[in-house]
Amino acid sequence: MSDVLTVAKSRRNVEALLLLVAFAVAVGANYIAGLDREEPFNPYFWAQASTFVGMGLLIHIILRVRAKYADPVILPIVLALNGIGLAMIHRLDLPRIDDAAFTPVAQQQLLWTGVAISAAAVLLVFLKDHRILRRFTYISLIVSAVLLLLPLTPLGLEINGARIWISVGIGTFQPGEVAKITLAVFFAGYLSTNRDLILLAGKKIGPLQLPRFQDLAPMVAAWFVSIGVLIFQRDLGSSILFFGLFMAMIYVATSRVSWVLIGLALIGVGGYFALQLFSHVALRFDSWINAFDPEVYNRAPGGSGQVVQGLFGLGSGGLAGTGLGQGRPDLVTYANSDMIIAALGEELGLIGICAIVMLYVLLVSRGFRAALGTKDGFGKLLACGLSFTIALQCFVVIGGITRLIPLTGLTTPFMSAGGSSLLANWLIVALLLLISEAARRPAPSGPMTSPFPDPPGVGGHPTPGHPTEATR
Amino acid sequence: MSEAGELTVTLLRYGFLVLLWILVLSTVSALRRDLAVGQRNKTGTPTAREARKHPELIQEAPPSRVQAHQLVVTEGPLTGTTLELTSSPILLGRAQEATLVLEDDYASGRHARLFPQGSRWFVEDLGSTNGTFLAGSQLTRALPVEPGVPIRIGKTVIELRP
Repeated sequence: MSDVLTVAKSRRNVEALLLLVAFAVAVGANYIAGLDREEPFNPYFWAQASTFVGMGLLIHIILRVRAKYADPVILPIVLALNGIGLAMIHRLDLPRIDDAAFTPVAQQQLLWTGVAISAAAVLLVFLKDHRILRRFTYISLIVSAVLLLLPLTPLGLEINGARIWISVGIGTFQPGEVAKITLAVFFAGYLSTNRDLILLAGKKIGPLQLPRFQDLAPMVAAWFVSIGVLIFQRDLGSSILFFGLFMAMIYVATSRVSWVLIGLALIGVGGYFALQLFSHVALRFDSWINAFDPEVYNRAPGGSGQVVQGLFGLGSGGLAGTGLGQGRPDLVTYANSDMIIAALGEELGLIGICAIVMLYVLLVSRGFRAALGTKDGFGKLLACGLSFTIALQCFVVIGGITRLIPLTGLTTPFMSAGGSSLLANWLIVALLLLISEAARRPAPSGPMTSPFPDPPGVGGHPTPGHPTEATR
Repeated sequence: MSEAGELTVTLLRYGFLVLLWILVLSTVSALRRDLAVGQRNKTGTPTAREARKHPELIQEAPPSRVQAHQLVVTEGPLTGTTLELTSSPILLGRAQEATLVLEDDYASGRHARLFPQGSRWFVEDLGSTNGTFLAGSQLTRALPVEPGVPIRIGKTVIELRP
């Protein structure tokens, strides 16, 4: 047994220091955003500050007690991102605050922040070990199916052509956001159990090891989910997100390129038909390629006005940005949800947006680090899948806004206005913290390695029943 | 707004960008132990300074040069029984498949096992009813056994001898 000798440090004090900086970022952003438009230190400011500091410390203390060895940088990063997003949402409220018909989004988002962090705290307290989730492999498949079907029931709401919301008394909820967690749990559980079977069976054609047909079942299921979401809910973003999640997890579990190629082929076929059959997908593509065409720019549904205005915003921001509260990001439609990165890019500039992207990169890399460190296959796959969703979401959103890929309506994790997304992402953070704790916790020592018992009579054992014979 | 006020606002706005990067860089520096490759980073024997600060890092005393070659029952119904130690593990208990079958009402069927690891022998309780005691204290995990230290199982006491 070659043991790696490391001092097991809990590193909670590092986390406390980083939290101080994160608090300064979150509260400072909010203060600067409203600097010359509203009274400084108004009740909202204090509500925001106390929510962040209180909730941040709450999670920190829970980690100190329950998950001492959890990753120290995840919590500060996420709090800072959430704080910057909330400050921008608040800043985008301000120009319209005098309008009587307008209800400020920031208050609601602040409330959701509180709810989301509390949910993460509850998860941290009650879920002692992420491996417990493995028992719910198939239950979480059913839950995902129900969640994805909910918007199609009479409960569902159609907003801007996409049917991905349900109305729940006080407001709307996007069940698909939670479904990505349950789907990740299902895939992690399924693949960690059946990995060897999938790997070993199958024909080999050229350099590709093709899977058996029955092992393709989860892949086909994933394809149906994604295409179903695309057809019935008309949501390209979630469809890409789910399929990307499955592909990533299958690749991580099997390290077979053939799976990725099969997946790409499937999504290519699906995408081609979607392009032919559904106007909204075709319009998205057109407004991506011909974005600066005046005709396309002004087209009523599916025009490129939003993207192009976002680009103008980014352009006017330049290197250092106009400064929080100084630009006009409110000109872009959905500036506080889909286009929040454009708004931030305008006011914080390239320097600021790079810092934000770096924070995402660090967060995702810590997720993968937890996956590398943890010893159980389920935890590895789950951490990979969950961090990959964050990464993919960022890529799809930022890529869409910078016109690298067609714009799809996905939320920016932790930043966009929208409670369900915030809730889901904080739950992901709680899971990543738990997995990282399992990864970094020092293993209890004690040599328990040699196999026992040998079958009687083998390996020089005396015949049983005659202890005196032992005195050879 | 007055000029001084504007200056403050500008400073605050640039200050915020600086703060953002302070967060990023301090996060990265908090991780540098993880990012660094090789050398001082993790593996290997702890340095003298590390060992002084964290005495638990030093592995337990080097194995004694006295190797155990014999197992002797010193108390109980089987007193006097000896058993040569080979490289295979030894199961102690009342069960018929045990290496040393104990005729002891207080022992469980599969009571404990002794196994070699490196140059030492370890004893581990196999979930017995009455427990296994090494030098008077009950076992909760596998522990190394030095020659001459009594292991009590029910009414039986065994010892390793060189």
